[in-house]
Amino acid sequence: MAKVAMKVNGKSVSREVEGRTLLVQFLREDLRLTGTHVGCDTSQCGACLVHVNGEAVKSCTMFAAEADGAEVTTIEAMANDDGSLNTVQQAFQDYHGLQCGFCTPGMVMSATALLKDNPKPSEREIREYLQGNICRCTGYHNIIKAIMAASGQDVASVAAE
Amino acid sequence: MYAFEVERPTSIADAVAALGREDAQALGGGQTLIPTLKQRLASPSVLVSLTGIAEMQGIRTDDAGLLCIGGGSRHGVVAKEVAANYPGLAGLAAHIGDPAVRNRGTIGGSLANNDPSACYPAAALASKATIVTNTREIAADDFFQGMFTTALEEGEIITEVKFPVPQASCYIKFEQPASRFALVGVFVAKFADGVRVAVTGASNNGVFRWTEAEAALASNFSPSALEGLSASADDMIADLHGSAAYRAHLVGVLTKRAVAAAK
Repeated sequence: MAKVAMKVNGKSVSREVEGRTLLVQFLREDLRLTGTHVGCDTSQCGACLVHVNGEAVKSCTMFAAEADGAEVTTIEAMANDDGSLNTVQQAFQDYHGLQCGFCTPGMVMSATALLKDNPKPSEREIREYLQGNICRCTGYHNIIKAIMAASGQDVASVAAE
Repeated sequence: MYAFEVERPTSIADAVAALGREDAQALGGGQTLIPTLKQRLASPSVLVSLTGIAEMQGIRTDDAGLLCIGGGSRHGVVAKEVAANYPGLAGLAAHIGDPAVRNRGTIGGSLANNDPSACYPAAALASKATIVTNTREIAADDFFQGMFTTALEEGEIITEVKFPVPQASCYIKFEQPASRFALVGVFVAKFADGVRVAVTGASNNGVFRWTEAEAALASNFSPSALEGLSASADDMIADLHGSAAYRAHLVGVLTKRAVAAAK
């Protein structure tokens, strides 16, 4: 066991963890932040996507020990201060960017990371950026629309096929 | 995963010392090693994380004009920072895995692992790069020694990779759509004194140079120079994604495309 300390959603936390403790386990099991999901556990699906020092990473493919000293942001910190959905989250609701919702935390975190670097992404850029996030319900089109809407762009231009 | 400790040294010297422990293993970005550990295909007693070592970060051009990339540099960083200097290499880095993978995976980790389908080995071999470790410098031609095998000794760390920048270059891969590894990937680099063509994903022996194509392109750097030339299917990987003959065919097609797109 070794001590790890980091800032999660603005709060300093520290725990004794095993070396093999994954960041996602640390978040879910030690901190009880269960909004971050484990889908595939093989770094394919992106349901576990969080931000570490502002960058999108798959928390199932990083050890908690590697995040020692880092700032971690999870889906729990995404809503507005009054508890209402933020722009990206609201757009997912408005455009039916989710059905079962399992992939949604990762999708929202991924979309947020994209829009930080590229505030007006093209449809193609959004699709490319989401390569590491798998959704088995929506067929992606509504997710793309939601991200177009969240970035203030014309949703009607998204391919309808 | 079996249990292990994680160490996070902040200097190369401390990392080398930590790697001297019994059954110690270096950990780069972990994008290959962590899935491997989950499958219990590796059982180190201690993982030595190299991500906290400042002297292994950073990209610079040295006095000889070589592009020097710290071994701990992540793919996403390379994609951004070398875009102006070496667009062929930036393009390769920008299409490894997905954005989250590129925010963790490192050039040193990729080269040390030498996965037969990884992208970076093709860049290093085609560019005639030099792999710098904590003890020595190794030419790319000597570094890659077959699937998952390199010239690295036990406990040796890739601290930097030095790339001569070609006059024109391009990497094109045919992706295996589920894993996004290269089913076949070809890196073409045109230098003043010749052309180098490195192929990844295709051979049972890992990355290799297609010397017949290099000779043909040396006098005529255009796709037409490759007409009638085909890579041998001997020793090519055959699996459910493609036969050996299919991969050999892709080598020819992708080399032409890479030459056509090189800049």
